[in-house]
Amino acid sequence: MHISHNPWVWVAAILTLAIFSFLYKDNPFFKMAEHIFVGVATGYGFVYTWNNGIYPNLLKPIFVDHQWLFIIPLILGLMYLSVVVPKFAYFIRWPFAFLLGVGSGLSVPLAFRASLVEQIKYTILPNPHGMSAILFINALLILIGVVTVVLYFYFSTPHEGVMKPLTKTGIVFLMVGFGASFGYTIMARFSLLVGRFEFLLGNWLGILPWLK
Amino acid sequence: MLQKKIPLAIVFIFGVISILQYFVPHPLSQAYYDTMLKWMIGVGSMAIFLALVSFIRHHQVRLKKKEHAPYSAVALLSFLFMTLVGFIGGMGPGSVFQKMFYYVQAPLQATMFSLLSYYMASASYRAFRAKSFEATLLLITAFIVMFSVTTFGNYVPGVPKALEWIMAVPNMASKRGIAIGVSLGSIATSLKIILGIERNWLGG
Repeated sequence: MHISHNPWVWVAAILTLAIFSFLYKDNPFFKMAEHIFVGVATGYGFVYTWNNGIYPNLLKPIFVDHQWLFIIPLILGLMYLSVVVPKFAYFIRWPFAFLLGVGSGLSVPLAFRASLVEQIKYTILPNPHGMSAILFINALLILIGVVTVVLYFYFSTPHEGVMKPLTKTGIVFLMVGFGASFGYTIMARFSLLVGRFEFLLGNWLGILPWLK
Repeated sequence: MLQKKIPLAIVFIFGVISILQYFVPHPLSQAYYDTMLKWMIGVGSMAIFLALVSFIRHHQVRLKKKEHAPYSAVALLSFLFMTLVGFIGGMGPGSVFQKMFYYVQAPLQATMFSLLSYYMASASYRAFRAKSFEATLLLITAFIVMFSVTTFGNYVPGVPKALEWIMAVPNMASKRGIAIGVSLGSIATSLKIILGIERNWLGG
């Protein structure tokens, strides 16, 4: 057993144990660790956004490259702070309007091509590398799945008559999809848990010989 | 005028130009696209100040309440410390900022999420009873997926193949169907916003 002498590892270990203490019940150690996390994450977000978002995209173009047109987004960005003065709080709509306008405009053709046309194309076009019987059955199942799932989300017609068996088939495909997503999410959380125990037993306490 | 008409005009003008630029193969169109991306990142990033105002105000109020004061003080001090070390010492390798990220933020975040595994497991035990055919299907799929990603499951004959098939066929079909539905919805909503039909974002 070789306990770590690195003070940073000790900090990480104590904070990890403080969070795990919540499994017993809500307590001051957990709350303290939770608030440290909130503060540190906010600080990290601010510094990261400043260095990678605000400085290179607004301040550098204006004050270093003298591209004066960039004053417009800077003013729009400063309008967020109008919420501090209730009388002028409505100015916050201007930067939102800009983001919504450009965001929506750019997303319409991109969503149409990437999420709609491409998805439909790969659903209905045959495999260019040839098709065995199994591949054909799988491709047919995918086609049936996509059509029935889309029909399931079509609420303009009641799910009765012809629609009923189709939407029922759609639910079957959806449930398999949700089950797969659920399984992967659980396993991702468990791998994080394993990682934390590896850290505590290996990096901190040095019990695990392969993780000293 | 300033409260509604100008924001609606901004949305319409930028929205229409942004759609049209996609169909215009001209250097000007590409220049507009590149500039707008920078403007969007810039304006979007400035929203961090809104978050900071909200964060500081929230904890300022809690500082006056005896039971919350120590925790809010810790949150504010952690924020101040992280901000100062980030701006003074930089974000580079070996900096205090980076150490704070690796030894404070990352472990806290990972442990918080790992804690969820307990709650997800217990909640799913209560919620996912095999009451119907669909619920049973979800359970079986989740079990195969979870089992096949374990070391033991990898060596059971047929299980890795079953996972491969589930992911490539029924899962792919459902995700593709959802993606098509989402894209149709997002295109419709985007057009409604640009044309001023959808105005909920303007607030009260």
